[in-house]
Amino acid sequence: MVDVAFRQGSVAGVRSPRKRSGLRLALKRRSTVAFLMTLPLILLISILVLYPALYSLHLATLNKAMSRFVGLGNFEFLFKRETFWLVVEQSCIFAISAVIFKALIGFIVAHFVHNVPTKGQRKWRGMLLVPWVIPPAMSTLAWLWLFDPSYSAFNYTLSFFGIGPIAWTGDAYWARFSVILVNVWYGAPFFMIMYLAALKSVPEQLYEAAAIDGANWWQRIWYVTLPMMRNIIAITTLFSLIVTFANFDIVRILTSGGPLDHTHIFATWAFRVGIEGNDIPLGASVSLFMVPILAIAAIFILRDISKRGNEA
Amino acid sequence: MSTMAIDKGAPTRKVKYGSMSRDRAWALRWSYFFLTLFAIFSLVPPIYMIITSLKSSAEISAATNPWWVFHPTLSNYIELLTSNQFLTFFRNSAVVSIFVVTITMLISVPAAFALARMRFWGSATLATGVFLTYLIPDSLLFIPLFKMFAVIGDWTGIQLINKWYVLLFIYPTLTVPFCTWIMIGYFASIPKELDEAAIIDGASWFQTLTRIFIPVALPGLIAATIFAFTVSWAQFLYPLVFTTSADQLVLPVGIITTLIKGDVFNWGQIMTGALLGAAPPLIIYAFLMDYYIAGLTAGATKG
Amino acid sequence: MAEVMLRKVVKRYDDVEAVRGIDLDIADHEFVVLVGPSGCGKSTTLRMIAGLEDITDGDIMIGGDIVNDVPPKDRDIAMVFQNYALYPHMTVAENMSFGLRLKRYPKAEIKARIDEAARMLDIVELVDRKPKQLSGGQRQRVAMGRAIVRNPKVFLFDEPLSNLDAKLRVQMRIEIKKVHQKVRTTTVYVTHDQVEAMTLADRVVVMNNGRIEQIGTPNDLYHHPATRFVAAFIGSPAMNFLPCRFEEVAGRLHVRLTDRIAFPLPPGRAERYRDVGRSEKLLLGLRPEHITEANAHPELGIEAFDAVLDVTEPMGMETLIYFTLEGTQVCGRVNPNAGARDGGALRLAVDLNNMHLLNEVTGAVI
Repeated sequence: MVDVAFRQGSVAGVRSPRKRSGLRLALKRRSTVAFLMTLPLILLISILVLYPALYSLHLATLNKAMSRFVGLGNFEFLFKRETFWLVVEQSCIFAISAVIFKALIGFIVAHFVHNVPTKGQRKWRGMLLVPWVIPPAMSTLAWLWLFDPSYSAFNYTLSFFGIGPIAWTGDAYWARFSVILVNVWYGAPFFMIMYLAALKSVPEQLYEAAAIDGANWWQRIWYVTLPMMRNIIAITTLFSLIVTFANFDIVRILTSGGPLDHTHIFATWAFRVGIEGNDIPLGASVSLFMVPILAIAAIFILRDISKRGNEA
Repeated sequence: MSTMAIDKGAPTRKVKYGSMSRDRAWALRWSYFFLTLFAIFSLVPPIYMIITSLKSSAEISAATNPWWVFHPTLSNYIELLTSNQFLTFFRNSAVVSIFVVTITMLISVPAAFALARMRFWGSATLATGVFLTYLIPDSLLFIPLFKMFAVIGDWTGIQLINKWYVLLFIYPTLTVPFCTWIMIGYFASIPKELDEAAIIDGASWFQTLTRIFIPVALPGLIAATIFAFTVSWAQFLYPLVFTTSADQLVLPVGIITTLIKGDVFNWGQIMTGALLGAAPPLIIYAFLMDYYIAGLTAGATKG
Repeated sequence: MAEVMLRKVVKRYDDVEAVRGIDLDIADHEFVVLVGPSGCGKSTTLRMIAGLEDITDGDIMIGGDIVNDVPPKDRDIAMVFQNYALYPHMTVAENMSFGLRLKRYPKAEIKARIDEAARMLDIVELVDRKPKQLSGGQRQRVAMGRAIVRNPKVFLFDEPLSNLDAKLRVQMRIEIKKVHQKVRTTTVYVTHDQVEAMTLADRVVVMNNGRIEQIGTPNDLYHHPATRFVAAFIGSPAMNFLPCRFEEVAGRLHVRLTDRIAFPLPPGRAERYRDVGRSEKLLLGLRPEHITEANAHPELGIEAFDAVLDVTEPMGMETLIYFTLEGTQVCGRVNPNAGARDGGALRLAVDLNNMHLLNEVTGAVI
């Protein structure tokens, strides 16, 4: 009504109803509202995830000073470097062995927790999940101290058994072992929790039927438990492969990639080369090498998720 | 009417059987035995952190039994908790984490609601897409992001590198996709009849969200909040890249870069710092363990 | 031989005794049904026979051997579960052959057995499907097929029809009976539904509170229940229990129900109940079918009286009538054309030749 009063000389009356309700209607329409609600999410992902991913492709094609285009020059350079292939090999061994151990330990421990009467399970679960709760940077520091060349508590204990001091982070092979050990320590609880939830979802009667059919304990696991858990095992394993492959914290703090680059993985070497070495394009190239492997894993996950949707 | 021949087809032999209940008791004992072993394995590092944090530098360098504290002292704690630098780290971590959690929930919850409830063109693709971007790791993005922010800093004159508030932009890339995923799951499990009852009662979409969905899906919200907080608090790579001056550092980076001065490692303080740095997630875990685990099992994730 | 014998079997959980010492002899080829309300211990007993529960005390023998400590897989039994318990990731054929494959039976033998069982149960077209593609009734057949194929000494059924809808239940009952006629394996069947018990069993074991109330053929239990519990449990609609007293009137024994209603006992009953105390609190047990519309020519033992009906339930082939006598609701069965109406009056007759007399306090049948 106010705007009518201010409009000198214009026809007295209500403002054009069609225009106002048109905008209102548009705002109320479900798809508009929905779009607006997802807009921040879409913006966040486009600008800070998708765009940088593509940008790194561009960066990888520049020279160190980022002044001219060198095409695949960075990649050629990397392929000739022995350290690069060392990094590739180490990343793969690291990821695959760590995930296998994490899955195995997680599966076994989940079974033990499941065997215990339900009342007591909570406290065991609580204790066994602690490694996952502590920020990995902090717990890796503890491991670093446990592995210290001069003061290692492990070496102290081992000396009582006559086993000589082990260079946990100093010797190349022991360093690799240590890195995998810390990663398994940190990641196994996650597998344990996921598998425990899956174990609980297998109906008890299936086990009873199998027992009557004549299956002993490992036959029950092989014929009943594993098939029922196939989906969750596949999904967690693939996810963990991706995440372990791209891990940074543990290697950086424990060994900084040493000794002599024998524990470097993609993430830490990219950091060394790109940030510390001030060669952004080269670092981008190193990081990009993770993409093909991650893409393949992502495809498998997608297929598994849609298969899970259909099978349920 | 044929009666099937009673034939076993497999050899039978006289077997001696032990008591079944005794077998079950033994299986239980073995379970406890192995569980204790694994529990020890899980708890050795944190316990060792506690032990070391109570030792003075003198006792550490004396190289006595590392598993026992002979002269417990709180000096490490006092030094750190009165050190301005350490408190700055703590403060930076807290501020960043709280802001990031807020930003994350503000983005995730409406998006999850829209994706779970309002069918619109492309919603299914978007939901899967969100999930997939979670698979793009921080170790791929840190270099281009670094360059991007440096470039923007040059253009706009706003200092973006080496400032803690830059993390507020970057951390959500880690938390939002998964929190959205969690919330979609919780929202989707709310029966459609509730929506319809609300519409009949006259609620708008926004009111349906705030007055019905959020209260009913509260456990999911708590789980997502805990997840976002824990991820922000524990972040190491991004702050390492983006912050370098001591007053801008967050806790994980601060402890590692400043307490390790050259070749001299003050392990007592380092362990104390690490313990204090691990404290907030551990405390949340101790009190809200079920929500913690619920957030985890809502979908396969980091590990 | 595949007899099953239970001797003083007890099952205790912490402080609760679920099964309080039961003795049972099941002959070879016999179909025995354990029936009773929830919590009576019937499922626990079955699971102890199967080996899925430990026996706290007592002995269980299958085929003459004590099997207390024998694990389920070595007892040579097969079980059909309430929820079918089919392996979801295996086909029907694989489900049925699982036990045989574990024991390394030759492939030809396995195939022969599956074919025969599938034909018997009419599931031949389903052999390559997965459980989730089957209906409830089909899944139950597959579960039975799995049991048949094993050719065990004893079949154990744990409330297999509880998850099916009413019509399907009737169908499957017939299937189960047919299978037993063909295969003749000793069967122990647990249910809470007394209709299943009556229709399937050679002998019925009625259980209550961890004890056996009565064992007998369906007819025995129906016509000669030993306790109030059995009398009330068997038969649907349930037996009526009318508080009554005995009295002598004109030299004959009468049973008095209300101030106005008393009936003389027929000679056979009068003889049997000669020693019953005149002041004892008694219950007259009469099944609804023995309370019906009065006939023009009553016979010996049939006594008539007038009643005002509360509610009638026309069932088609008969009408159930409900009326009240001294505060007790009574159910009777009349012809659909007897003129029964809600609130109407009707002349009814009781057949005392089929009466049961119970001691109100002890619940025992006299």
